[in-house]
Amino acid sequence: MTAPGSADADRVARLAVALAGVARGERTYMEVCGTHTMAVSRFGLRDLLPPGVRLVSGPGCPVCVTAVGDLDVVVALARLPGVVIATFGDLVRVPSSRSSLARERAAGADVRVVYSPADAVELAAAEPDRQFVLAGIGFETTAPTVAGALLLARERGLANFSVLSLHKTMPGALRALLDSGESRIDGFILPGHVSVVTGSDCYRFLPDEYGIGGVVAGFEADDVLEALVMLARQRRPAIEIGYRRAVTAAGNRVAQQLLARVFEPCDAVWRGLGAIPGSGLRLSDEFREYATEERFAVDAGTPVEPAGCRCGEVLRGLIDPPQCALFGRRCTPETPVGACMVSSEGSCAAHYRYRAIDADVGDAANRVEPPGAATDAGTGDAATHGPAAADA
Amino acid sequence: MPDEARILLGHGSGGRLYRDLVHDVFLAHFDDPVLARLDDAAALVSPGRIAFTTDAHVVQPLVFPGGDIGRLAVAGTVNDLATAAARPIGLAAAFVIEEGFEIARLQAICESMAATAAEAPVAIVTGDTKVVQRGAADGLFITTTGVGEITVDHEVSAAATAAGDELLLSGSLGDHALAVLAARGDFRFTLDVRSDCAPLWGLVETALAAGGEALHFMRDPTRGGLATVLAELAEEAHLGIEIDEETLPVSAAVRSACDLLGYDPLSLANEGKMVFAVARRRAADVLGALRGRPEGARAARIGTLTTDHPGRVALRTRYGTRRVVDMPVGELLPRIC
Repeated sequence: MTAPGSADADRVARLAVALAGVARGERTYMEVCGTHTMAVSRFGLRDLLPPGVRLVSGPGCPVCVTAVGDLDVVVALARLPGVVIATFGDLVRVPSSRSSLARERAAGADVRVVYSPADAVELAAAEPDRQFVLAGIGFETTAPTVAGALLLARERGLANFSVLSLHKTMPGALRALLDSGESRIDGFILPGHVSVVTGSDCYRFLPDEYGIGGVVAGFEADDVLEALVMLARQRRPAIEIGYRRAVTAAGNRVAQQLLARVFEPCDAVWRGLGAIPGSGLRLSDEFREYATEERFAVDAGTPVEPAGCRCGEVLRGLIDPPQCALFGRRCTPETPVGACMVSSEGSCAAHYRYRAIDADVGDAANRVEPPGAATDAGTGDAATHGPAAADA
Repeated sequence: MPDEARILLGHGSGGRLYRDLVHDVFLAHFDDPVLARLDDAAALVSPGRIAFTTDAHVVQPLVFPGGDIGRLAVAGTVNDLATAAARPIGLAAAFVIEEGFEIARLQAICESMAATAAEAPVAIVTGDTKVVQRGAADGLFITTTGVGEITVDHEVSAAATAAGDELLLSGSLGDHALAVLAARGDFRFTLDVRSDCAPLWGLVETALAAGGEALHFMRDPTRGGLATVLAELAEEAHLGIEIDEETLPVSAAVRSACDLLGYDPLSLANEGKMVFAVARRRAADVLGALRGRPEGARAARIGTLTTDHPGRVALRTRYGTRRVVDMPVGELLPRIC
């Protein structure tokens, strides 16, 4: 396995020159996937783009697109006695309408962070007296691992494991984005990991129906630049694969069959995009008994979007995060207002963490310690006492 | 030790069981004439300016590749003293032990503490033990407090740094944090990483000898990692910092694990590393001296202090692009030390 940032620096430099050579006029490309967003910021790739080429983030960060109303349901479930919420780490700190899983945990709720869905099954097997709810978020990449966990839970006859499926599928979201008519996008950098499962054929509607091309890209600096060069070179819109070491046109049939057996399409609400028909995944009839909603009924109240938060516009690629008045001021990774500032794949978090050195976010003056964070007070590790210190 | 060799509430009572524990475990390992007097306070001779620090250790699990809570407790406090250019004189160790803890495990941890103290070198001169009922603590917590003699006359602090100073780092990043996480069983893959946990007074003494008054600042990048140390230094010194990604020492195993898990090696805790700011004229001397010791074999020059962008840390990537380095946020990895 190669480590991030291991792309050859000369190759990156050559691709930057090539891009400058082929880019014509003003072009806006959307990187759909949160991992791309992070890579672009971490490698500082905006510094290498020619004038006129602009990269905007899309709706491909799973935590970010999870609707506030769905988060409210997770919080309400966390409050039920005997219920354990198992979730990926990022979701814990995302503000819901009136709380967050982090706050619920501090107030006594049992919230466990897992690295993989199978870990949640192990937890449930070890503690049969508690009901484990796996908050399932993510796209076609994560959903097969949740499907695998469900098969495992059934095989082991676990009656205390269920899945709150908030999974979403990507093509429908891109369609909704384009149908809204607000976004001006000249091409898509399509998600590499999702496409390992789905293949690239599912994006054919982009050139066929909307006249917009796309390139499936890997996650190294040279992968992203190469995808931009390929997009800029397209004479007519097409779907191409830049990430040939992992992605095929047809995708991974085994994973697709697993998805089709365990899940079925349903309508889903996306933060920023609203309700999109057929863009969610719920458990199929065969696995319905493992659906959390079949076991617990909760009243999550009316969802309330955080005032002033422009995550929705960020997720539609309409604004860059620094254009939000809250960015870097009221909304920082320490005190996030919106989901895009929480997730490690969120566009706001990526822009903030890896911002340009001269970015104006009033950072040091506004930095707030997270509640409960234990840090060494003061400036040094050791206090010094003595005559010279007293003189100082 | 009677009673199935486990810690009982009675071991914390101050009575006979307590005396047995002190003699059979603590005195047996921490062989020191001052401690052996068992006075309520240790009497030490103060040669001059004193540095004084304390650190609580709650790492989970108690033993991990490359170290354990005992080694960590000694090294952590010795290293905090070392940042003030202070030679460690004496440590106090306070143990909070959960009822039922196996005494053999306590013996092993005390043996490790004694070995680390000998390595530092420093004596454990006083201590305390409390036993809490089952469930009230997770096995064992150790707090160490240290006193050290400041060995230099010049100021060693962020305020003493100046634009043009070079930043040196004594070795690779992220080993401790990932070794502890792997030992916790959090990963579904095996990871061949050992904690770097080590007392660094010897290394610091070498650096001071090579750098003299040109050595302006030292800090150990523990929780929050190098990113936090640099961000704090930039703020406290009212200077900018430029670091070069290509020069940062990170092992291939740590890099790969960070890729999989989404961690940044700059933000991960270390327990056996030191960051130095040295005036440019002496930086090569200090770097050479560091590399002459095993703890500093991978020492590297990682960046410089500048009057540009005061208060901020800029990283130059290997692609020639630049971005900010920020402090990590919140509970990234609890109970890592």
